[in-house]
Amino acid sequence: MSQGVTLDRVSMRFGSFTAVDDVSLDIRPGEFFSFLGPSGCGKTTILRLISGFSEPTSGQVLIGGKDMRGVGANKRPTAMIFQNLALFPLMSVAENIAFGLEVRGLSRTERRRKADELLDLIALPGIGDRAVAELSGGQRQRVAIARALAVEPTVLLLDEPLSALDLKLRQHMRTELRAIQKRTGVTFIYITHDQGEALTMSDRVAVMSQGRIEQVGAPQEIYESPETAFAAGFVGETNAFPGIVHAADSEMAVIDTKLGQLRARNCAGLSGGEAAVVFVRPERLLPADDGILVRVREKTFEGSFIRVVGEGQDGVPVVAQITNAGDLPDLRIGSETRLRFHPRQAVALRPAPHG
Amino acid sequence: MAELSRRLGGPIAALAVAAVAIWLVLLVALPDLLMIDYSLRPNLPPSEIGGPQDVHSLANYAVLWSNKIHLGIFFRTIWASSLVTVITLVVCYPVAFYLAKVAKPSNAALLVLLLIIPFWINEILRTFAWYIVLAYNGPLNRVLTGLGIMARPIRWYGTAGVMVGMVYAYILFMVFPLTNAMESLDRNQIDAARDLGASRWRIHRRIVIPHAKPGIATGCVMTFMLAAGSYAVPSLLGSPSSRWFTEIIYNWFFEGGNWNLGAAYAFLLLLLCIVFIAVMMRLFRVSLADIAR
Ligand SMILES: Nc1ncnc2c1ncn2[C@@H]1O[C@H](COP(=O)(O)OP(=O)(O)OP(=O)(O)O)[C@@H](O)[C@H]1O
Ligand SMILES: [Mg+2]
Repeated sequence: MSQGVTLDRVSMRFGSFTAVDDVSLDIRPGEFFSFLGPSGCGKTTILRLISGFSEPTSGQVLIGGKDMRGVGANKRPTAMIFQNLALFPLMSVAENIAFGLEVRGLSRTERRRKADELLDLIALPGIGDRAVAELSGGQRQRVAIARALAVEPTVLLLDEPLSALDLKLRQHMRTELRAIQKRTGVTFIYITHDQGEALTMSDRVAVMSQGRIEQVGAPQEIYESPETAFAAGFVGETNAFPGIVHAADSEMAVIDTKLGQLRARNCAGLSGGEAAVVFVRPERLLPADDGILVRVREKTFEGSFIRVVGEGQDGVPVVAQITNAGDLPDLRIGSETRLRFHPRQAVALRPAPHG
Repeated sequence: MAELSRRLGGPIAALAVAAVAIWLVLLVALPDLLMIDYSLRPNLPPSEIGGPQDVHSLANYAVLWSNKIHLGIFFRTIWASSLVTVITLVVCYPVAFYLAKVAKPSNAALLVLLLIIPFWINEILRTFAWYIVLAYNGPLNRVLTGLGIMARPIRWYGTAGVMVGMVYAYILFMVFPLTNAMESLDRNQIDAARDLGASRWRIHRRIVIPHAKPGIATGCVMTFMLAAGSYAVPSLLGSPSSRWFTEIIYNWFFEGGNWNLGAAYAFLLLLLCIVFIAVMMRLFRVSLADIAR
């Protein structure tokens, strides 16, 4: 069973500081939903509002359509996985997993049976009697998931659960988490500041900055059509060419930049004379006979592609990833080359309000 | 030792070690050894000391077991000290939890200061303050009768007075080990337990208390030992019916003039308290290593 979560104009203030600013969202039942944003943008605060550890200063949190105001954390149908996991070190693995069942008054044998079942689910059969301290990082991770799933939550909240693991384990756990989510069908609400994690695992992602939601959408949607300069810059690598709108219609805009006139999709409804930034992904820049003139400063040969860091007119930084199709141009350091992009693969947006 | 002599140079290190050794021997070991010697000899008039009757025996230690009244007072002391320990624990646990896990650091610091200030005053004075507060015509009785909570004043001196006085005297010895132990508990563990549906009571029973167990044990042992060995509080706030074993020891020394029996009683109190604590620790599955950690 899974339930959706709705945030309706939720704000959270600590004194005069606004940690969550007027957030409205609909998270669908059974969805793998991620909040992605830099440190301090209010991700944990949102999770604590959903789990019931704190109440919003204004606005409503609804789970499965029910208003959660006044419902404590121990009474909500959510379970949380903490950033540091917070396993109980004085209990065995099985006792940890069955803690929520002990609370619900299940008998000892029943608890043990459920714990063993969950250990099978997380592919760690037979470790029920071990002490938590004896487990590896990845095993602890999975035990924390099992402990949360034991209470059969309709919504599972995960606060950067992979940040303590090393890179290889992290990548492995991504697939694992995704598989567990598919198997159980529970709504996963996942917090991360790692865009790779958010993009690979999620059905949808909310990009956050300074307590506000910048954009909500499927990973590819956000990558291809960022709606704000922050979302464009934070999700994936990108080039940013600032300038002034020369001309614009509902589809496309022409921007005067230091690199010359650039054409890009007009997703933000820009009109002539406005300040704007053209965003182009490095892999969308292609070698060409005409286009932006770039002096190569660094290059890295990666096999299937070559990464070029260069400088355009007036020292504007340019990054390109050029696919190695066997006909690479001469890209010696210090040499000049021309790069071009298809206007439909670039977006023009208003600059971020604060740098 | 090697570290010390490297840092201070040989002669000074030797001097420092010698000073500590002399201090330990003269002021700690020797008096105790002397008392053990006393406790093993009969109480004789000065002329017969060193005479043929002055032999070592356990006779003094046997006296307690044949004196029903003293034995009764002894067990009452153990029982009452246990009660003091439990009450102190019950009073201090919420305070310690608040200090360690609820209060903001600045508030906690202020509260600790407020707890400590009364202890800058010496124990006798503090006990005298209670003596005045609890007097038959004292402020407590007057307030309680004045408010109509009680029809007539109560005689507080006795068991009630001793309990109040001791709990108050030993609060810090309980609060600090508890707070210390609780401070190392990860706040997320409490949140995690709550998130899994645990009530406040269960969070304490399953998470906080097991974590704080070494601190609880330390606080209880200290409070118990201090209570059992206390003299000022029972003699000021007690009554004939709430006599403390230390008062009997005092009487042997200074009224009965029988240092030998007094010493034997004192060692019996010490030994039996240790045995009692060992049994309790067994019962609650606390090991010495827990306390030392
Ligand atoms: N209890 C609190 N009192 C005051 N300020 C708080 C409190 N909790 C959070 N904040 C502030 O709210 C802001 C958002 O905090 P939050 O923990 O939600 O960030 P986050 O996005 O989870 O960051 P990170 O990725 O570093 O965990 C921070 O600036 C933080 O200082
Ligand atoms: Mg956080």
